[in-house]
Amino acid sequence: MAEPLIRMENIRKSYGRVQALVDANFHVNEKEIVGLLGDNGAGKSTLIKVLSGAVPLTSGDIFIRGKKVMLRSTSDAIAHGIETIYQDSALVTQLSIARNLFLGREPIKAPRFLNRMDQDAMNAVARDLLRQVGITKNIPPTTPIGSLSGGERQAVAIARAMHFDSDLIILDEPTNNLGVAETQGVLSFVRSARDSGHSCIFIAHNIHHVFQVVDRIVVMRRGKVVADDIDPKKTTVAEVERVITGMSDKEIRDAIADGSQHG
Amino acid sequence: MENRSFIQSFIARAEFGPLVLLIVELVVFWGINPDFLSPQNISNILAFTVELGLIALAMTLLMTSGEFDLSVGSLFGFSPVLMWTLFNSGVTSLEMGLLIALIVAALIGLVNGWFVTQLKIPSFLVTLGMLLVVRGSALFITDGFPQRTWSAEGSWLANILVGDFYVGPFRIYASLFWFIGAAIVLGYVLTQSRTGNWIQAAGGNPNAARARGVNVSRVKVGLFILSAVMASLAGVISSLRTSAANPNSGTGYELEVIAMVVIGGTALTGGRGTIIGTVLGILILRVMRNGIVLIGVPGLAYNIFIGAIILGMMALHSWLERRHQAGT
Repeated sequence: MAEPLIRMENIRKSYGRVQALVDANFHVNEKEIVGLLGDNGAGKSTLIKVLSGAVPLTSGDIFIRGKKVMLRSTSDAIAHGIETIYQDSALVTQLSIARNLFLGREPIKAPRFLNRMDQDAMNAVARDLLRQVGITKNIPPTTPIGSLSGGERQAVAIARAMHFDSDLIILDEPTNNLGVAETQGVLSFVRSARDSGHSCIFIAHNIHHVFQVVDRIVVMRRGKVVADDIDPKKTTVAEVERVITGMSDKEIRDAIADGSQHG
Repeated sequence: MENRSFIQSFIARAEFGPLVLLIVELVVFWGINPDFLSPQNISNILAFTVELGLIALAMTLLMTSGEFDLSVGSLFGFSPVLMWTLFNSGVTSLEMGLLIALIVAALIGLVNGWFVTQLKIPSFLVTLGMLLVVRGSALFITDGFPQRTWSAEGSWLANILVGDFYVGPFRIYASLFWFIGAAIVLGYVLTQSRTGNWIQAAGGNPNAARARGVNVSRVKVGLFILSAVMASLAGVISSLRTSAANPNSGTGYELEVIAMVVIGGTALTGGRGTIIGTVLGILILRVMRNGIVLIGVPGLAYNIFIGAIILGMMALHSWLERRHQAGT
């Protein structure tokens, strides 16, 4: 078996006395979309924060293509090709699409000492990328992010990760608060990212969205990875829900009945 | 159709409201008192406009990055006092005194920036504290008295900074060119340069900027230094022009400068700034100050008009902003 793109081994993370991650093992292969599922407090967000450099791990190792790495900050993670897209937080609403795409890596026009951005080149690339991620509507690249819809913003963030050749794009709840059509749009951006050679981790509360797009499902419970090789084509939503809650069918039915009695 | 959308996008610009207001002011004042547009009066308006204007230009960039600086008025008073004190006591030449005053201002800006970015204290509190320290120092070293100055005419420094000449009937000071130069350079930095993109991102969404590798702290510290140096330079220019160095001068300028910047369309919360708007904001307030006196309104009523302008322009900008967000 080839070395996976990302391998996390025996990851522990504690916040004071609370153990958020308990010896979690997780991997992502090349050109693969992994759906990361789990109930609230299962440890998904913490695992992702560790991988995106947002929080330091307590113990454990992270390997990228077999090489051990230390991810001390988000820019560290980006330098290693790991891009995390949180809803809204990744973009500057006042700046245009093109300026957001190139923020921090703006191309400079000669003579360099004038420090002048090459806005034509930025706009041309942005126009191209928007088409690539499947935005068919005619949106000029000079449009400020503030006037885009939630789905379009996700698309811009995904386009940026694709352009700068991030190996791994982490999408944290990308379909939250989106309409049906927009959700389908985001799912197709994710597919096109995979098709052009990127790997993705897809985190969503809505299991149906996860089923539509991922190659493999990983389930976490109480800080541990309890299943890491579920093929969405060979299972059902109900089956996965059982793994997430750790309860049998009957227990779930009882819990629901219990809840409605009390409610 | 093409024409219509050009007009629409022109109207939607943040600078449109201030431009209309300035034109209305000019027309009204000129209508009531034709002397308002006399060469002498225009020369008067311009002379003092550029001195506050230099501070407002730097403040525009600082506010775009999401911070502001209340210590500029005190630096406006402190720097010339320092320069003249050094010169009068025979320690340095006037030119060296200016250089030292600018370096001290830069250090003050650095301290402001360090407190804001490293200790995470809001710029309101940091620069309020610095205002008191700087103003207090100016009063302390002068015992509260104006410094002895000589008429600086003839010195090359005075010629470069405030030398005047006549263009037809208009008396023009060299400081006007410094102001125009600074407006062009800072306008370029804000809209065309990579640094400008970082300034806007630092004010708009600092976390996103940091995640993209932009050194938000360095950008802000740099702008605090720029703001302090410009305030210092403006104070020296004013002092050379009027041959006076009063430790109390510049009191209240910080608020007037911030008013100029927000009237022009720069967001107080950061993320969006316009140098053209600030130039219009500067002219609006200076023309108002000059005009109401000229048409016979008591000068003490000035603040009523300024307050009304600020409220009116804020209402307009927030309306435009909401339209903008709605994507229309």
